[in-house]
Amino acid sequence: MRLLRCALGLAKAAWTAFNRPAAHLGIGFLTIGGFVAGVIWWGGFNTVLEATNKEAFCIGCHEMRDNPYADLQKTIHYSNRSGVRATCPDCHVPHKWTDKIARKMQASKEVWGKLFGTVDTPEKFEAKRKELAGHEWARLKANNSLECRNCHSAESMDITRQGARGAAAHQEFLFTGKATCIDCHKGIAHKLPDMTGVPVWTQTAPAH
Amino acid sequence: MKQILRTTIVRAALLSAALLVTGLTALTLVPESRAGSTTPAAAEAVSSRDVAATGRPAFTGAEGLTVQEAAPIPKDVTDDRRRQRNYPEQPPVIPHSVAGYQLDLNANKCLTCHSREFTGDSQAPMVSVTHFQDRDGQVLGAVSPRRYFCMQCHVPQTDAQPRVQNTFKDMDSVVRQGQGQGQAPGTPAAGGGNN
Repeated sequence: MRLLRCALGLAKAAWTAFNRPAAHLGIGFLTIGGFVAGVIWWGGFNTVLEATNKEAFCIGCHEMRDNPYADLQKTIHYSNRSGVRATCPDCHVPHKWTDKIARKMQASKEVWGKLFGTVDTPEKFEAKRKELAGHEWARLKANNSLECRNCHSAESMDITRQGARGAAAHQEFLFTGKATCIDCHKGIAHKLPDMTGVPVWTQTAPAH
Repeated sequence: MKQILRTTIVRAALLSAALLVTGLTALTLVPESRAGSTTPAAAEAVSSRDVAATGRPAFTGAEGLTVQEAAPIPKDVTDDRRRQRNYPEQPPVIPHSVAGYQLDLNANKCLTCHSREFTGDSQAPMVSVTHFQDRDGQVLGAVSPRRYFCMQCHVPQTDAQPRVQNTFKDMDSVVRQGQGQGQAPGTPAAGGGNN
């Protein structure tokens, strides 16, 4: 009770201080100071946001380092002849600011997952793989494989340099808009989950 | 007050001048030191690669053993052309790249083109119906578990040259030879050496 009253008193004092016109500070100081503080705050916010958009941040948790990152290391998006590498945020975080903030808010669920150890063993991760992959497939399907197209564009694709089968498939499905990248190219940077019931993929091995 | 300000300005000027001098010295020094160090190193690198000339010893350190340069990694055959089989039971070889293909209990990349229901779109050869039989000869609706792991039998090809020439002759050429109308003895059959 005493504590509550104390807290209430503090809150009231804070509100009074906040609400009262400045008695000693000039309007110039307040506007310029406010502007400078705003710049510092905005810069700080975006710096921290960028810091959370680094591969090093993503694999700071052993869940990410030992599972999806270990998958990625075996694929062409990690190591290839031309030495270009896609890092986690290149595919998993939208580049446009508003979309990025929306994705970051969504990703706060991952903090929850970390705290409660949702995928803290390889077995738990494996059990959740299909659900987690499903989220990413749905996201990429909905935005027409935007993160793929940040690097790969249909316009700059020279199909004469592709294998015959790839060229035919791109002409038939990609250029006509019948399909988007993720429809066919699932599992290009991570191991696939159980693909039973996933379109394009079949699980033809019957139950034992 | 003015005095303090003046000394501060003088100090700042001195400091920036000192920084400028240090930076300039560093700039002029760097290329010189680089030029001095690289030339002999580069020459050394070239000569040490020439194994025949230097006779660089193998890791064992034993006398007379020299390092042999590795042959270039052979290229995959990706021309999508079916290869002639050397005998009727030979599993057909894979004439395309299978790099990164996932083939485990979760997913089978091969079947996304070669399974019955997708051959219309993919124009790939359908998995043979023999693969639908279990070991009792019972035909199942889809690929039998014992035939699920495609690359146990079907393998991609590379342009690697065999160390020992293959003298395999297929059945038909042996039969023709027996009838006295075959190829000259000792000639390897065309297509021999696949798989």
